[in-house]
Amino acid sequence: MRALRKCRAWLLRLGGLFELRRTQQIFADEIESHLQLHIDDHVRLGMTPMEARRKAILRLGGVEMTKQSYRERSTVPVIDDLFQDLRFALRQLRRAPGFTVTAVLMLALGIGASVAIFTFVDAALLKPLPYRDPNRLVAVTESVKLFPRADLSYPDYLDWKKMNTVFSSFDVYTGTGYMLATSSGAEPVNGARVSDGFFRTLGIKPMLGRDFYAGEDLPGVAPSILMTYRTWKKLFSGRPDIVGQTIDLSGVPTTVVGVLPEDFQFAPRGSAEFYAPFQARSAGCDLGRGCHSLSGIARLKEGVSIQSALAEMVSIAARLEKQYPDTNRGQGAIVEPLSEVIVGQIRPMLLTLLAGAGLLLAIACVNVGSLLLVRSESRRREIAVRGALGASRTRLARQFVTEGLLLVTLGTTLGIGLAVVTLRLLLSVIPATLLFNVPFFQGLAFNGHMVLFAVGVGALAVMLFTIPPMLRSPLNAVREGLADGGRGAAGTLWRRFGANLVVLELTIAVVLLVGAGLLGKSLYRLLHVDVNFDVDHLATVQVMAPQALYPKDDQLVRASREMIQRISALPGVKSVGLTSVLPVSCNCNTDWIRFVGKPYNGEHNEVNLRDVSPDFFQTLHAKLLSGRVFTDRDDGTRPKVVIINKALARQYFPGEDPLGKKIGGVTLAPDSLKEIVGVVDDIHEGSLESPIWPAVYYPIYQDTDYSFAVVVRTSQSEASFLPELVKTVHSIDPGIGTAFESTMEQLILDSPSTFLHRFAAWLVGGFAVLALVLGVVGLYGVIAYSVSQRTREIGVRMALGAQRGSVYRLVMSEASRLTIAGIGLGLICAVGAGMGMRALLFGTAAWDTMTLASVAAVLGASAMLASYIPARRAASVNPVEALRAE
Amino acid sequence: MGERADVWQGTLALMVLKTIETMGPQHGYGIARRIEQTSGNLLALNYGTLYPALLKLEQEGAIASEWGVSENNRKAKFYKLTRAGRRQLEKEARNWQQTTAILDRFLSPAEEQS
Repeated sequence: MRALRKCRAWLLRLGGLFELRRTQQIFADEIESHLQLHIDDHVRLGMTPMEARRKAILRLGGVEMTKQSYRERSTVPVIDDLFQDLRFALRQLRRAPGFTVTAVLMLALGIGASVAIFTFVDAALLKPLPYRDPNRLVAVTESVKLFPRADLSYPDYLDWKKMNTVFSSFDVYTGTGYMLATSSGAEPVNGARVSDGFFRTLGIKPMLGRDFYAGEDLPGVAPSILMTYRTWKKLFSGRPDIVGQTIDLSGVPTTVVGVLPEDFQFAPRGSAEFYAPFQARSAGCDLGRGCHSLSGIARLKEGVSIQSALAEMVSIAARLEKQYPDTNRGQGAIVEPLSEVIVGQIRPMLLTLLAGAGLLLAIACVNVGSLLLVRSESRRREIAVRGALGASRTRLARQFVTEGLLLVTLGTTLGIGLAVVTLRLLLSVIPATLLFNVPFFQGLAFNGHMVLFAVGVGALAVMLFTIPPMLRSPLNAVREGLADGGRGAAGTLWRRFGANLVVLELTIAVVLLVGAGLLGKSLYRLLHVDVNFDVDHLATVQVMAPQALYPKDDQLVRASREMIQRISALPGVKSVGLTSVLPVSCNCNTDWIRFVGKPYNGEHNEVNLRDVSPDFFQTLHAKLLSGRVFTDRDDGTRPKVVIINKALARQYFPGEDPLGKKIGGVTLAPDSLKEIVGVVDDIHEGSLESPIWPAVYYPIYQDTDYSFAVVVRTSQSEASFLPELVKTVHSIDPGIGTAFESTMEQLILDSPSTFLHRFAAWLVGGFAVLALVLGVVGLYGVIAYSVSQRTREIGVRMALGAQRGSVYRLVMSEASRLTIAGIGLGLICAVGAGMGMRALLFGTAAWDTMTLASVAAVLGASAMLASYIPARRAASVNPVEALRAE
Repeated sequence: MGERADVWQGTLALMVLKTIETMGPQHGYGIARRIEQTSGNLLALNYGTLYPALLKLEQEGAIASEWGVSENNRKAKFYKLTRAGRRQLEKEARNWQQTTAILDRFLSPAEEQS
């Protein structure tokens, strides 16, 4: 009962905060009526009205005193004070709109950038993977000298699974593609083939239907499929009765057994829409121990560490190496956290960006901090007066906190808004094909973590801003502030501390500028890698001919020839080539080769393998160095031939003519032997940043593929030719699917490595430009403030005969001292930072002199320009006015 | 000052409630005068201290107020007891009487116990 009464009273008092003015008005009336009644009584007793009033007020105990105690009871005094402080702070900020807008904008920029980047970091690196107990999930694959993370072969997987004692479950996955029959013709879709326990290992249960049963991944079981939520919605409009139905995948009737949950993601196969049980096929090389196409994931048994799991897998691999020397020589094992496979590649970039955004934030905070410091210097008098009038130390300190809080709150709110916009912008520039590899970025938007991070950063900033003025104000006695009305030299704290802040700012600006310079140069280097063919005027498209429609090699060859003929006949087409894998994609699809008549030490000679059509090299404008290119007659009916690249010739035939030599498979089986008929220049098959590997090119008519790429050299715009190209391919057979039509130039620009470099370079570049502006503005502020503080001194000097030139020198020398210190310190830190982001650099050293020198020059020049303006003002001081001014 | 004020705070509320109960709806000035008179002018309080106490009682729902006109035609704010206030008065008066009775036994000269 009592508690209820108290509660009611508190609520009313809280509410009272908002109608204080009205309450006060009413109470003033009440007091007035009280006094009137009292006066009436006194007058009745014969007093004069004047005296009666005096008596009444005396008896009341003072009108203002009463009002004050009434006010304290009608609200919550602590909050009331806070409101007062806030109102006062708002007035202060409104009175200096220039300062307020600058400070809030700077904070918003810094906080916005770091919150946006943090959101990416949070999604990729901080949030646990969306699987059950993700810390126990590991990636398990084979490892060879060339590929530290190589693929597993199916027989090796089965042995590993049987022999290991460290995993509670061990599964594999690999990519695949399907031709999906749709109303508008065949459509290629990506899929994955997984072993039966794949989803159980991850801890994912289908949303509809069932998971694969144990043994469903064995050969000969009826084909079944799980589909992703998105595909279910997109292709089957979310029909719940899809489970149990049969759909046509690449001409094979397949039963849909389930739909995966909406939030399911698996980055290594991000674009997969269908998941099928592995079901090793006898047609391909699935069953071969030397056919490496699988990646493993496993769940560590309770109490087993990654190290001990790795040790056991390495020893198992060594045992298999002894048992199967032909196929397993040099095949080690690797066990690493699954997160390493998923985010390991983007981690350095994200951390670099976060560091960049953090530095930008630091510069913004330092800038705002020094602005506040300057303000607190100029408010010494005001603080002193308030102190003299009885404001307590804590109340004065609280005023500073309130002002800082208000600024930071405004900055943070605006910053979060900015971050949301930036986030959307950044997400929109990530090409869809790459977004598949980073599913955790999909649909990234405003969230609680962002706000939490922003508030944390804001709290730090408030502390940063309020501690220095609080330190000085109450201590620097009230007396001093009152006595000297801001006359004389700048405050000592400012001298010792404030001016040096700008050195810190310039240092950070240098680090960011150098970082951006290094990344920019890396990007330039990357884009100017010599790919040894002409990338312009090339249109490309991926083509998939379903095995069910083209079961025999010669059917495929016929379709390919037909395709080349029809496309060549199109207007504007100069030549057409086919290749199994487009150049500038990856050092992958490799083959192991041996040379007839050369000693063989059993090590695998790993080379890129490409199946190409006769006109392929001519289409690319790749140089033939010796021998001949393939002709239309190099098909299954003719002896097998091969063209090698320059790197292979140099590595394996040093000082010899490779033409006419024979190469074959690991065992030199007779049907694997091929004669070298030509040597071509090193077409850049791998991604731009990877080295040139030896490569073999086989005639596509002798070594057919169901999936290949068409490359067309056009005389006009290749981009506008793409729709016609797709249409022509479909015109041969609507069952043939096409995908990823693109120009070669676009393909290279959108490739993951190019994109990552571009993304990093642009973002850090943006940060650096902002940092440059903020740093230079900061320097300008410092110099201008110092000049304004020294106006009197300068006036005296000039009155005593100092020349304008020497005043210039006075100001500029202060600016140069700060600038040189900042740039010097910055260059040292920048080299350190450059070393830290080595992983992102390409063909550029961390201490790249060109970059360092140009950053120093740019910053130096801008700094001098920024300090020239106040210097000019100083030099144009009128000594008479300067001396009279105070 | 502190200790006396505490006692004062608690008892003032009770005095105010009792005064209003006795007099019916009354304005602040009237309450103050009445308390003064009832105490035989022993309590010389600043009238101003009455108002926060009235506000507190009003916030707690023991009394309610409305503007009215005094006997000599002055506009004044009148306070009246609410039902909750009446209950509170009864309870606190009982408590107070109990307390004083106990204290009384302690403080008055010991009686012969037979």
